[in-house]
Amino acid sequence: MSPHLILRVVSKLLIPIIVVFGFYVQFHGDFGPGGGFQAGVIVAVGVILYALIFGMEEARRAVPPAAVRYLMAAGVLLFAGVGVATLLMNGAGEPVNFLDYDALHPDQSHHTGQHYGILLIELGVLFTVSSVMLAIFYAFAGRIPDLPDEDW
Amino acid sequence: MTDLTQYLDYALIGMLLAVAFAIVRLRNLFAVVMLMGVYSLLCAAWFVSLDAVDVAFTEAAVGAGISTVLLLAAMLLTAREAEPSKPQRHWAALAVVVAAGAALLYAVPDMPVYGDAESVANAYVGRDYLEQTPHDIAVPNIVTAVLSSYRGFDTLGETVVIFTAGLGVILLLGFGGRKREPKGKPAAKAAPAARAPKAGKPAKPVKEEGAS
Repeated sequence: MSPHLILRVVSKLLIPIIVVFGFYVQFHGDFGPGGGFQAGVIVAVGVILYALIFGMEEARRAVPPAAVRYLMAAGVLLFAGVGVATLLMNGAGEPVNFLDYDALHPDQSHHTGQHYGILLIELGVLFTVSSVMLAIFYAFAGRIPDLPDEDW
Repeated sequence: MTDLTQYLDYALIGMLLAVAFAIVRLRNLFAVVMLMGVYSLLCAAWFVSLDAVDVAFTEAAVGAGISTVLLLAAMLLTAREAEPSKPQRHWAALAVVVAAGAALLYAVPDMPVYGDAESVANAYVGRDYLEQTPHDIAVPNIVTAVLSSYRGFDTLGETVVIFTAGLGVILLLGFGGRKREPKGKPAAKAAPAARAPKAGKPAKPVKEEGAS
């Protein structure tokens, strides 16, 4: 029987809930407290808990470091890309502004463009924050051979 | 009207002080890391009591969650106990601390009353944000509106800062050594150093490195 059986079972139950809560914080950030920074950290915590309980090898298989590396850059690119898109999508005669989300959608009365813009840049923040946290954790934890039993 | 929540604030500040003194006094690094998590959690509770829920959320997630894990991981790479400090009095440090503390106490009467609508932080651009957000952005959470729309460029900067921090850590430490095969020589060189505790059979880690 594997050691830390209770920890394994409980964390297996908890990790999906943690990640779903992270996405709730992410997409509910317009209405309540939260946003990309907090959600990114919470999602990263889910993976880190998995790595702590099931070992680094398992975590590396679930979330490969290569994917983490690409997501890190993809988040910043998505954020900055929204800014570039707002520069390009502006209607004729309107002032051109970096990250002016009103340009993203013609429906000005409901501020649809603002909602799109906030959604997209928060996604960019989520990608970058969660993958940077994971990258730092991988970099630290990869140097520790394996957690010996007496350290639990 | 007496505000009962102020006693909660006093209790939380007292607990913060107690935890801070415990952190300074303790020598066991594991206990110190855990107490720093407790400190962050108390801070988050205090922020909730001050109606700063977004800040509290960030403090709980980053301060109590991620920092604790990262500090634990860092602690596993070093000793578990701090070196006992030399029993000498640091008079210069004490003077600096006393002077800074006196200056802070001197500045306290100039601070605005908590929740004062006329304070500088709330009066000018803050009031504009509160008034304009329903018309400009139509987002219920004004913190999100300020963070991602009014101050979107600043948030882009913050994201780039986080990205740069991650990049720096990766450049310094790598991803734990397993996945970086292309540059054979540095990886093989770094491998025995990273596995120093397992010294004795130096050939095996290098072979393992090449196989994966």
